[in-house]
Amino acid sequence: MNNIVIIARKEIQEGLRNRWVIAVTLLLASLALTLSFLGSAPTGNVGAGRLDIVIVSLASLTIFLVPLIALLLSHDAIVGELERGTLLLLLSYPVARSQIVFGKFLAHILILSFATLLGYGAAGLALVVAGTPTTAESWTAFGAMIGSSILLGSVFTAIGYLVSATVSQRSTAGGIALGVWLFFVIIYDMGLLGAIVSTKGVGFSPGLLSILLMANPTDAYRLLNLGSETAGSVSALSGLAASSKLSPTVLMASLALWVAVPLSLAMLRFSRREL
Amino acid sequence: MTATISLEHVSKFYGDTAAINDVSFSLGEGELVALVGHNGAGKTTLIKAILGLLRPTDGKVRVLGEDPVSGNLVVRREVGYLPESVTFHLALTGREVLSFYAKLKRVPADRWRNLFDQVGLAQNAADRTVRTYSKGMRQRLGLAQALLGEPRLLLLDEPTSGLDPALRRSFYDLILDFQKKGTTVLLSSHALSELEERAERVVIINGGNKIADGTLDELRRIACLPTQIRFKPSSESAAHSWFDGPVRWIERKDKFLEASVDHSEKIAVLSAVTSDPAALTSMTVIEPTLDDVYAHFLQRQGRKP
Repeated sequence: MNNIVIIARKEIQEGLRNRWVIAVTLLLASLALTLSFLGSAPTGNVGAGRLDIVIVSLASLTIFLVPLIALLLSHDAIVGELERGTLLLLLSYPVARSQIVFGKFLAHILILSFATLLGYGAAGLALVVAGTPTTAESWTAFGAMIGSSILLGSVFTAIGYLVSATVSQRSTAGGIALGVWLFFVIIYDMGLLGAIVSTKGVGFSPGLLSILLMANPTDAYRLLNLGSETAGSVSALSGLAASSKLSPTVLMASLALWVAVPLSLAMLRFSRREL
Repeated sequence: MTATISLEHVSKFYGDTAAINDVSFSLGEGELVALVGHNGAGKTTLIKAILGLLRPTDGKVRVLGEDPVSGNLVVRREVGYLPESVTFHLALTGREVLSFYAKLKRVPADRWRNLFDQVGLAQNAADRTVRTYSKGMRQRLGLAQALLGEPRLLLLDEPTSGLDPALRRSFYDLILDFQKKGTTVLLSSHALSELEERAERVVIINGGNKIADGTLDELRRIACLPTQIRFKPSSESAAHSWFDGPVRWIERKDKFLEASVDHSEKIAVLSAVTSDPAALTSMTVIEPTLDDVYAHFLQRQGRKP
């Protein structure tokens, strides 16, 4: 069996034993179910399907919650093992450091995917059981939302790994992870919005805006899920999506890049590291 | 025959301070070598350099013919390592932990099941999570993982610290079994008395420098430490005759006569003392212990500029 698979399996085994998997799944499922039942009440009849409203609600939830969970899982991945002393032994085994990073990363993504699929899937299932009329198009958007949520989770897991491979103390990693979350989820958008409002949009060409939106993975995710025509009518983001001229393919590519670059850097940092 | 471990002028600097400084030695197959030095002397750094966990600033390290940092990872399957105060993933059971490490070393399941018995971990303990283990049990599990796949090299960093005497003995018995099968064992410790009878060779390091390397007998000879001879004459009058000789005997409170004798004179003095068996009732010869030898080498190094 490949080393990456061995490491990933052990990590998932530990996640199950530590009840991480069940905790994350339950958290996502309960919030998703709450949103799918209550979230559409205040919107009234806006001409959008119930499922589209659920997509918008869940996507908004994802932006806050999934990066937080991903960072919580990943910031400890390397520095935690270093501090507890288990890393020292593992590194004396015939396994490359990049395999350790990738194996653990894979396990965290699988845990996150499992929780998202099950949690959000439960919300979708609840709508079907309740007999809500839905369209095939909405279901495609729902599937894309789940897929991109997992991708967003992968982005922040990769960032968490980079933090974890760089610092030498768990508490530092925790602090930086929290900072990363605050910056990308809250401060960045507030800053961008403030800049656009104060300059009345002067100087913000569509090209610059596109770059600024792709520079933040949560914005790329937002555009991907809230910028589509049907969802956009609910989320009021269609205007922004149209003016930035970013296609879903470009947005997905930018998210994929946000996974690949921090993860490669994490492997590089970790390989050069001395114990 | 290539050496199992060879170090050539290996140094590791952190800024200006040397953790290890120009250390060279090589270990052959089936050798049991004690790495002796007090805390912070560089023992663990040296072991980490052998494992390839850090890159030496200078010099060349070869383990089973490979560079441990950049060489082929496969040689690590034949290296067993027990870190100082070993830790495991607490949520997993002993069996799951060992199974994980066995897979990484590609050791098939039927070849590691008996390791629990070998290190003295009960089968029902193997199915409990490591969180519930005592220090001794964790150390046994640590030894079990080090012994996976019949290693050709065992690196044990303070393996017996915190173990009770009975456990220490079974620990050493097991290690000696492996050594007899040809495994090279490098054991770091500052519990010198327990190494005394077991280590064939001793490497003393202090302040990152290797200050002595040889069998305990050789080191005793180099150190020129005196042997203490103690005996009890059978009568008062017999005692007095000894004070005139060349050896300076001192009478102790318990009527024993005691003298420190140079290594070269030891045999002559002993034969003189025992020439008339009727004249003494009891005798002891106390060789300098590893502790004494160690203290001597530390002092000698301290005197060097």
